[in-house]
Amino acid sequence: MTATESAPANVVGTPRLRKEDPKLLTGEGKYVDDIHVPGELWMGMVRSPHAHAKISSIETSAAAEMDGVHAVYTGAQLADMGLWIAPLPCAWPVTDDMVNPPHFPVATEAAHHVGDIVAVVLADSRYGAVDAAELVDVEYEVLPAVASIAEARDGSATAHHDLDSNKAFHWPLMPDPDALEAAFASATHVVKGEFVQQRLIPAAMEPRGVLAIPSPAGGDVTLYSATQVPHILKVMIAATTGLPEAKLRIIAPSVGGGFGAKLNVNPDELLAVTLANKLGRAVRWTESRSEAAFSTHQGRGQLQTIEIAADESGKIAGVRVHIDADMGAYMMLITPGVPLLGSFLYTGVYDVPAFGFTCDGYFTNLTPTDAYRGAGRPEASYAIERAMDMLAAKVGVGPDEIRRRNYLGGGGPFENLETASTLVFDSGNYGPSMDAALEMAGYADLRAEQQRRRDAGESKQMGIGLCTYVEICGLAPSRALGGLNYGAGGWEHAVVRFLPTGKVEVVTGSTPHGQGHETSWSMIVADKLGIDPDDVQVLHSDTAISPLGLDTYGSRSLAVGGVAVAMACDKVIEKAKLIAAHQMEANADDLEFAGGAFTVKGSPESTMPIQAIAFGAFTAHNLPDGMEPNLQEQVTFDPPNFAFPFGTHVAVVEVDEDTGDVSLMDYTAIDDCGTQINPLIVEGQVHGGIVQGVAQALWEEASYDADGNCKNPSFLDYLVPSAAEVPSMKLGSTTTPSTSNPLGVKGVGEAGTIGSAAAVINAVCDALSPYGVTDIAMPATPARVWKTIQQAKGGQS
Amino acid sequence: MQVEMTVNGQSMSADVEPRTLLVHYIRDDLGLTGTNVGCDTSSCGACTIHINGESAKSCTMLAAQARGTDVTTIEGMADNGTLHPMQQAFMECHGLQCGYCTPGMVMAATSLLKENPNPTEAEVREGLEGNLCRCTGYHNIVKSVLSAAGNSTNGGSQ
Ligand code: FES
Ligand code: FES
Repeated sequence: MTATESAPANVVGTPRLRKEDPKLLTGEGKYVDDIHVPGELWMGMVRSPHAHAKISSIETSAAAEMDGVHAVYTGAQLADMGLWIAPLPCAWPVTDDMVNPPHFPVATEAAHHVGDIVAVVLADSRYGAVDAAELVDVEYEVLPAVASIAEARDGSATAHHDLDSNKAFHWPLMPDPDALEAAFASATHVVKGEFVQQRLIPAAMEPRGVLAIPSPAGGDVTLYSATQVPHILKVMIAATTGLPEAKLRIIAPSVGGGFGAKLNVNPDELLAVTLANKLGRAVRWTESRSEAAFSTHQGRGQLQTIEIAADESGKIAGVRVHIDADMGAYMMLITPGVPLLGSFLYTGVYDVPAFGFTCDGYFTNLTPTDAYRGAGRPEASYAIERAMDMLAAKVGVGPDEIRRRNYLGGGGPFENLETASTLVFDSGNYGPSMDAALEMAGYADLRAEQQRRRDAGESKQMGIGLCTYVEICGLAPSRALGGLNYGAGGWEHAVVRFLPTGKVEVVTGSTPHGQGHETSWSMIVADKLGIDPDDVQVLHSDTAISPLGLDTYGSRSLAVGGVAVAMACDKVIEKAKLIAAHQMEANADDLEFAGGAFTVKGSPESTMPIQAIAFGAFTAHNLPDGMEPNLQEQVTFDPPNFAFPFGTHVAVVEVDEDTGDVSLMDYTAIDDCGTQINPLIVEGQVHGGIVQGVAQALWEEASYDADGNCKNPSFLDYLVPSAAEVPSMKLGSTTTPSTSNPLGVKGVGEAGTIGSAAAVINAVCDALSPYGVTDIAMPATPARVWKTIQQAKGGQS
Repeated sequence: MQVEMTVNGQSMSADVEPRTLLVHYIRDDLGLTGTNVGCDTSSCGACTIHINGESAKSCTMLAAQARGTDVTTIEGMADNGTLHPMQQAFMECHGLQCGYCTPGMVMAATSLLKENPNPTEAEVREGLEGNLCRCTGYHNIVKSVLSAAGNSTNGGSQ
């Protein structure tokens, strides 16, 4: 095969089928729970049934004597064994004085949320571990529980009995407080929205699980974990256990979705590694679905207050926001940073002259919170987009018009524009996005149908909701993260190497769990090097194969990791060019690279395919003096700026006024994620994201009773939607390349979620607006909608 | 206790505790790990297989209750390296992302089409109600099933 025969396909931008699929479709994909080794021991977790309690005593003998039980350890025993040298890490201490009570894998003196681990059993079977855990008898002295943000604020009880307040931090983003005050003082219109971002259970379909395999003589430990962040996990395990980092190998095999829930450093991961190392036997655990409400962090959990000041025409003068954020019982890896990720986006896609944001973080005795798809950004877009609808109503214009009047850049194209929240938006073009969405949704016809139903007094009313979002991804410029007190950088690493036979291996530090990196990265490489994407193998998710990386979260993979791959290809081409020039006895400046081959300008017959150069680099028989053999290059890309995707979503709902039932009739989304590598994958990401946001708006909520018990931990009561609850969606896109990277890509993993909850609730409120309803809390369940309608009707009469 | 059944055309047998769930027998004892477990309340369908030609959630029954039956798991769907038409449709319509729900979806969808070879979009959505997916928003799953049924006209956009 020569490169000219396999002419470059220009595959970037085409909807190419995924290489990942055959394995996953046939059951060949191996998730953690599919992998077994001889002699493995199963962990069973003994979990506190109380949200806040001192541990009085633990009786382990019945469990220890059970057949097949290897050991039972209490938190105190584990502490004495010296398995860890530091508490579980929080990598984002958002302020210097942030309160961060120590959090060890197993509680020693007190449990701080239902499900906090108080003892661990090791047994030789899956079922045996569960049985033995049930035989451990723990006596508690129950303490008052803080079961909501309101209670945390009130402070009559504290979530940690040795703290005198529940407040963890106060974080301000106040670029110009005087200007903000002036904006509100002189405003014609001020609208204020108070919104609840309910707690959500991320519910990736694959539960989390671990398998740690020791090598007793060599001292190494290999950890298989259902994680998004093997690289971060490796550093953090070394830092918390004192095990030498170089002796740890972390592998994320096939991972069944993450959505942020798998980016933490969890007690089970530390327990498996340290116990396996201590005992010289493999140790494993897989969470049950109902356990996941306690063993895996949750998302959202915020009370938001947003105010917009505007002039008579609805032109915004200022936006002021305060958030009270529920940390849960402990600071996990980035718990306190999640609201900050949203803080910069409360100005939305609008030209906001004055802005201010404050956030107070509070401890409660509930499962810790942390990143969940969008992490801070869905909350931000929800608040500003709900408030914009309120402003539209106050000014007396439509939701589309109020947005048009306020678009950054006047609704036209812009690049590198500084916003009042101190960011520089890489690029945008908001007007055409809304035009396209309204056109695709058939907005005028929808309004006409809505009016018809209203006039006819039908019981099924229709609501139309818009959301014009912007989000921040491509996390992140390392310096910017440093400025926010984040404990790591935001770069990504890539290696591109030609193998002797002309095939290409790519090593990436980002860690897919459903996003199709193998396919997309192959496409980038194929176009760069002029080869067939099927000749590219992408290696990832194993720290022994890909030692450098910062993993996958925050829609960062393509805009940072994919760009690193592209840049590494450029370096490969540079080196190959020197070899080609040497071997073709030409001047490197006279060579062109196209179609996978170097050609001397003006003499097309004088050509050399890159595969031949790769083989020459491997044999190293005839390289320029001093050049190292092999054709392999690496790049660590640290982006100069974030990327800011945007879009317009239009939700159409039908509200049954007799039952309160809301059904999503139609959904249109125009998203702009910059240059697209694989539109098929882009659309898939958007579909899934939309439904998660719709689910927050209409169905999902982790609800807790006054004692801090989660009332709906299983799929029986936690209503993850099925195919029957959602419609097909109409998607389209605009393309505004990013200026933050040479590919012009932005990121799309979270966009759907960031746009959809606000669009849906705006639609529900729109349907109910004839009754004077201006707001409804999420999830807009039938009971809540029905009650709202009844109250509104009562209020009218 | 010894439990034997025919799985993907081969007779299989393993010695298990009487309380062993069928899904754990298939996964842990027979080593066929394509069938997944996504919940503990029979809600998600990740464990869907065919028993005597009908789809069933393998977490809802004991291995012992399936004694002597004829079981098909996802590993039995492709034929000598050629994907089953439903698997092929999922691939072509991007009906999977992380792939965790996929074996169960494919099993449920094939049995749906067996009962109703020409379903409408609404029928597909209703028919897959017992199978949860957190990644795809179902759009492309529904499209895959309609396409496998030879009815891709009302599969949504694209
Ligand atoms: S594992 Fe069987 S239905 Fe969820
Ligand atoms: S593809 Fe991930 S759960 Fe369906």
